[in-house]
Amino acid sequence: MRDPYDTLGVPRTASADDIKKAYRQLAKKLHPDLNPGNAKAAAQFKEVSAANDLLSDPEKRARFDRGEIDASGAEVRRRPSYRSYAESPGGAKYSGGIDPEDIFEEFFSGRQPSGNRSGSGFRSGFKARGADVAYEMKVDFLDAARGAKRRLTLPDGKILDVTIPPGSHDGQQLRLKGQGTPGLGGGAAGDAYIQIEVSPHPYFRREGVDIHLELPVTLSEAVAGAKIPVPTIDGTVTMTIPKGSNTGSTLRLKGKGVPDGGGRGDQYVRLTVVLPEGVDAELERFVQNWGQRDYDVRGKLGGPK
Amino acid sequence: MKALADLVVELDCPREELVLWVERRWVLPLQQDGDFVFSEADIARVQMIIDLRRDMGIDDEAMPVVLDLLDKLYGVRRQMRELLSAVGELPEAQRDMLMRRIGGFDGENGGKT
Repeated sequence: MRDPYDTLGVPRTASADDIKKAYRQLAKKLHPDLNPGNAKAAAQFKEVSAANDLLSDPEKRARFDRGEIDASGAEVRRRPSYRSYAESPGGAKYSGGIDPEDIFEEFFSGRQPSGNRSGSGFRSGFKARGADVAYEMKVDFLDAARGAKRRLTLPDGKILDVTIPPGSHDGQQLRLKGQGTPGLGGGAAGDAYIQIEVSPHPYFRREGVDIHLELPVTLSEAVAGAKIPVPTIDGTVTMTIPKGSNTGSTLRLKGKGVPDGGGRGDQYVRLTVVLPEGVDAELERFVQNWGQRDYDVRGKLGGPK
Repeated sequence: MKALADLVVELDCPREELVLWVERRWVLPLQQDGDFVFSEADIARVQMIIDLRRDMGIDDEAMPVVLDLLDKLYGVRRQMRELLSAVGELPEAQRDMLMRRIGGFDGENGGKT
């Protein structure tokens, strides 16, 4: 559906009065009673009328502006409500932990509620494991690839030192034993699960245990070959570009990928030949006099050369 | 997962308000590298707080009471789930007896005992 502001021809900052005026003008032109037999006008009027219904109602207009409803007035799909997280480990930090006055503790610790002489509590000790708690954490690409130690401050001020294993994947869960909710009656504490979200890197890309990199090279580096510095996740290394390289040539740096078990993947460097910016008069002169200048590159595409 | 600045934009909520709510412990994001990190559950909770204020007229005085009650309610519900899950693992005879007692229903006759 079309944006109602566009339909009425008013800006988003239009006043209620502007909207009324705009609608009146359009209605005078398009109203079916004034345009009998004109199907196009009737359709346009329907749209204009709907836009006016939406924008002249202050509540509906506000909701539309906030993105809660769309142009047809239907509710826009929102993220799940809090309720769906509340009882899961993701919400455990708000509702986890067993309240000392809780009914369970009353029974299982053998304590009687005050004033009740014939209580039905269990005498024997009861142990319950604490609830697990789930957290989420953003991890830098290089930290995930090489491994790192990072510090997380929990809402209660407690500090968690998290070890991110080398080769960690986006979405991976790290388990911190015993860092969840305390247990009951001497029972073990639950665990903390940390889901990591790995941020993308500006130029490294991970595929399995390998790192992929697109590397721009100059015309002379590609044609005549060169030794050039290349970034890897460990730092810069020198790589030899063979003579006669081209865009798409892929070179492999063995063992420069992501740690994997005892070994490591590789880094693949794909070359992109880049000409100098702007017009270079000397280069232009050379190319025009160059015997090979009309070599075939589009033959596979068919059609005229 | 979102940082504070991103949440301000997405929920169209002023930064000062979000920071205030964190200080009041209405929502509990983690801290990483000096920035607040809101999990998906945290973001849903912020949205719930916005809804409570705007649509249900819950003011600053009442909000901590409401949130506390909700948290206790969800806590009890989770304990119930765990308890029922444990009951489900009992041998059939004991399980049936428990369910009759809890539900107050006589399985055979179908009416409340």
